[in-house]
Amino acid sequence: MTGATPAEAAHDHAHHDHDHDCACGHDHGPAKAFDISALISARGLTLLRGDRLILDHVDVDIHPGEIVTLIGPNGSGKTSLVRALLGVQDLNGGEISRVENLKVGYVPQRFDIDRALPMTVARFLALGHKAPRAALSAVLAEVGAERCIDQQLSELSGGELQRVLLARALIANPELLVLDEPVRGVDYTGEADLYALIGNLRDKRGIGVLLVSHDLHVVMAQSDRVLCLNRHICCSGVPETVAQHPEYMRLFGPETARNFGVYRHHHDHAHGLDGRELPGSHGHHHGETL
Amino acid sequence: MIEPFLLRALAAGIGLAIIAAPLGAILVWNRMAYFGETVAQASLVGVALGLLLNIDVTISVVITTLAVAALLIVLGRQKLVPLDAILGLTHHGTLALGVIATALIAGPSVDLMGYLFGDVFAVTTADLWLIYGGGAVVLAVMAWLWQPLLRVAVHEELASAEGVPSRRVRAAFIVVLALTIAIAMKIVGVLLAIAFLIVPIVAARPFASTPEGLVVTAAAVGASSVALGLTLSSNADAPGGPSIVLCMALIAGLSLAISSRR
Repeated sequence: MTGATPAEAAHDHAHHDHDHDCACGHDHGPAKAFDISALISARGLTLLRGDRLILDHVDVDIHPGEIVTLIGPNGSGKTSLVRALLGVQDLNGGEISRVENLKVGYVPQRFDIDRALPMTVARFLALGHKAPRAALSAVLAEVGAERCIDQQLSELSGGELQRVLLARALIANPELLVLDEPVRGVDYTGEADLYALIGNLRDKRGIGVLLVSHDLHVVMAQSDRVLCLNRHICCSGVPETVAQHPEYMRLFGPETARNFGVYRHHHDHAHGLDGRELPGSHGHHHGETL
Repeated sequence: MIEPFLLRALAAGIGLAIIAAPLGAILVWNRMAYFGETVAQASLVGVALGLLLNIDVTISVVITTLAVAALLIVLGRQKLVPLDAILGLTHHGTLALGVIATALIAGPSVDLMGYLFGDVFAVTTADLWLIYGGGAVVLAVMAWLWQPLLRVAVHEELASAEGVPSRRVRAAFIVVLALTIAIAMKIVGVLLAIAFLIVPIVAARPFASTPEGLVVTAAAVGASSVALGLTLSSNADAPGGPSIVLCMALIAGLSLAISSRR
């Protein structure tokens, strides 16, 4: 092999872009320090796929007891960002700091187990964990799915499966829950229930939650903070701030923004509620390729 | 009194059926049946290589199988055509190469049919040692890798996020698969080797409710098919390996038919 691979070439190109002529139209300040009060703190996450920029200097902090909702249109890099935070995505730049031995529970976006693999819910929950049946029942009860314990995974309804996945994420007593579109395949009333459940889990266990969603108005009610992603963090803050933000309106259209009725407050606190994450404030740090 | 060659064939076939079951399950759960088929049939190139370099065919088959698996993984990363097309390309390309190479290198005296379909009645005591010795290694590694393999089969990304080294686990599995294919080739040849892995799993699926239950049932189906197939073969003077595989396929068909009526 001689010369740079296409990915490396594109990476260099992107560096060049940002150093001299930033396409985002805002200044990249100097790299900011990690937030030491956060469970997980990421700075300047950058990911390229071929010569396409998937993530552009994304900063994220998630604190204990906080629900952070990540929203963004399709292809905005939500799942890539989640994978990066989980540590399963190689990055072209940026750094992630986690509290020591951070335990993360993860609910993936798609879960289509092959029907040729027979497995009960109990067995699935116990995979990789030495948990007695009582512990399995307890965690299933916590998510309201205790009667599923002896059912086959392939026989569960969409809502039951999401609850079982949530139970699986909780079984190791995580400090951080990462949920990638947890209401996929769940009907409308089921959605609200599931979000209420996530809120309760946060209250009871005091865990941090990162929720990925394209489903905006229901999510907002449970969120402490919303990050709106479109390759870079376009806007962030408490839900009402984001709902009023011009970048948000531009991304999702005024129609979606109007569905935000409950949160329509005066635009008197757009800045300063979360100084770390405001648009244009994200750092300009190029780390080593991981 | 059973003839010694028939006993050896029975012992070899049953041994292979037991070794094959856990590997077949992992192949099926990961939707890798055609992947297995492709690397198995490509092992004919390994036969040619072994004859050409005058080294043990088992060794050259293991090496070739691993090389083809690595090639498939690299080719599978491109996004222009789907993986099954890449598998089709590799499968037929290497089969053609293997047939030409075996014919050219060894001349007409080489028993091509023997390598393609195996010769279960020609199994020697040394082959039995290979099957049971190699098989013990395969089963030991599979037992050691079973939990991580199962977690990767359930959901690879979830397993990775939970700290399972998915890539290394898969790589180790492919090495064990290569060894199993080399063992199976002695009995059923390169064309039918993967049938020993896949077909019993299909047959056993409707009657299993746990992953391990499926593996044990599949091993039993495989072993019974060996006994049935060899009986059929020695009574009707039909080729041994294909008779065994035909019995497996009939049991699998019957099993699916019964389960779809329930």
